[in-house]
Amino acid sequence: MNEFLIAIHRDLKSKDASPSPEQMQASIKPFQEWIGKLIAQDRLVNPYRRWDGVGRVVKKDAVTDGPYAEIKESLGGLIVVRAKDYDEAVEIAKGCPILEWGATVEVRMALVNA
Amino acid sequence: MEDQTLLPHLFRTEYRNIVSVLCYLFGIQHIETAEDLVSDAFLSATELWSIQGVPDNPRAWLYAVAKNKTKNYLKRNALFENRLSKEIKYSADKTEEMEIDLSEKNIADSQLAMIFTICNPCNAPESQIALALNLLCGFGGQEIADAFLTNKEVIYKRINRAKEKLKEANIKIEQPTVVEISERLETVLKTLYLLFSEGYYSTSQDTTLRKDLCSEAMRLTSLLIENKTTNKPAVNALLALMCFHASRFEARTNEKGEAILYQDQDQTLWNKELIDAGTVYLNRASTGDELTKYHLEAGIAYWHTQKEDTTEKWESILSLYNSLLILEYSPIAALNRTFALSKTHGKKAALVEAEKLKLTDNPFYFSLLGNLYSDIDNEKAIQHFETALRLTNSPGDKITLAKNIQRLKETKAVN
Repeated sequence: MNEFLIAIHRDLKSKDASPSPEQMQASIKPFQEWIGKLIAQDRLVNPYRRWDGVGRVVKKDAVTDGPYAEIKESLGGLIVVRAKDYDEAVEIAKGCPILEWGATVEVRMALVNA
Repeated sequence: MEDQTLLPHLFRTEYRNIVSVLCYLFGIQHIETAEDLVSDAFLSATELWSIQGVPDNPRAWLYAVAKNKTKNYLKRNALFENRLSKEIKYSADKTEEMEIDLSEKNIADSQLAMIFTICNPCNAPESQIALALNLLCGFGGQEIADAFLTNKEVIYKRINRAKEKLKEANIKIEQPTVVEISERLETVLKTLYLLFSEGYYSTSQDTTLRKDLCSEAMRLTSLLIENKTTNKPAVNALLALMCFHASRFEARTNEKGEAILYQDQDQTLWNKELIDAGTVYLNRASTGDELTKYHLEAGIAYWHTQKEDTTEKWESILSLYNSLLILEYSPIAALNRTFALSKTHGKKAALVEAEKLKLTDNPFYFSLLGNLYSDIDNEKAIQHFETALRLTNSPGDKITLAKNIQRLKETKAVN
């Protein structure tokens, strides 16, 4: 088993890309089901936590309010899961319901020091 | 009440009261002294009542004797002059004037202080439970051993070690302060929850004993609710959860002590008063901003008091299990979530997820698979039930599983 970072990127900056309150509400349950399913399979490496969407962006000479958006998309949620390989981790990532609302999900494998 | 049952009954209810009050007065260092004095009072009662008959008010008699014995002990004992008098809460110049307050209020205060003392994390949870049963609930060593399915010696060792630990840590028996409550309430609730579960899920065949454990857990939780400082949402959620579960106590087993599954239970045996009480506590728990696992489990237990299989019921249960898992993973929550999923998304969808759980040393995993495969692939269902049968230690579960296998084999014979 390897550990994979699954990072959900969403457009948090532009007004028109923000989901409506109804869409937000509608996405909660499927997201909760997806996370619930992963925890039930004991795939989550750490206890699940929600991350603040705004945060701070730190550079050498300035700290600004986030979210970081040099590109259009910023980091939304992130979880670390156990999976055999990239194929399996990607399968897990494909289940992320936020994809329906235009998110991009990034998968990265943790490298083991050999 | 019959004379034969009077003393054991009094012992169960009054031993803990007087011991709590005396401990509260002396401090945890002198816990054995307190226990000896109370045991001695009971011994006197046994001797005298068998000769002279039972007094009109046996409880008052016991209290009076316990008070006198305590005062005599303090008078005789140099310990008091040298050490105890410094520690004692009451500023008694003379022992004669020292009042041992056995009023209802002081008993409740003492018990509350004792709950917080006993549920100190310096002891492991099972030691806390044993100690709580002994000192707060007046259970004897044998009863506790029966509840834990072990022997008396193990329990005595456990209790004595736990008392030593409390003394070493020099835990003060006092009313919990606001600061302490925020730190310690979690441990207290966990112990009370385990105490209740011990009674509710115990594989012990002794239903009376199991009921006693549950009602003691409920009594102690109620004590926390009656006290303003400890009357917190999480405590109300825990009591709600206990009420909902306890409401089905009568319906869960037949006269032979065999388990009756939820769907086969006679709903008329569900205790409506407890369900109503649970609903009240659950509403009181729904304040503040802290969502505990007791809230979620009470919610799940509430939906189980609604027998009818509605979409709303199972959708809500599934969502509560998701939240429970997000709070903290446990195999049993994972299995129950998957069962709820079979009710909302169908057996086939649940099977796909169930097989990913891979809890291959857990008998409930295989009975879940057996249930899900029933009527889809009965061969596989039988295999899974047989695996569960091999893995389980619970006599009640064995009977249920054997019945399931029997039923599926009969279905096969017919087709």
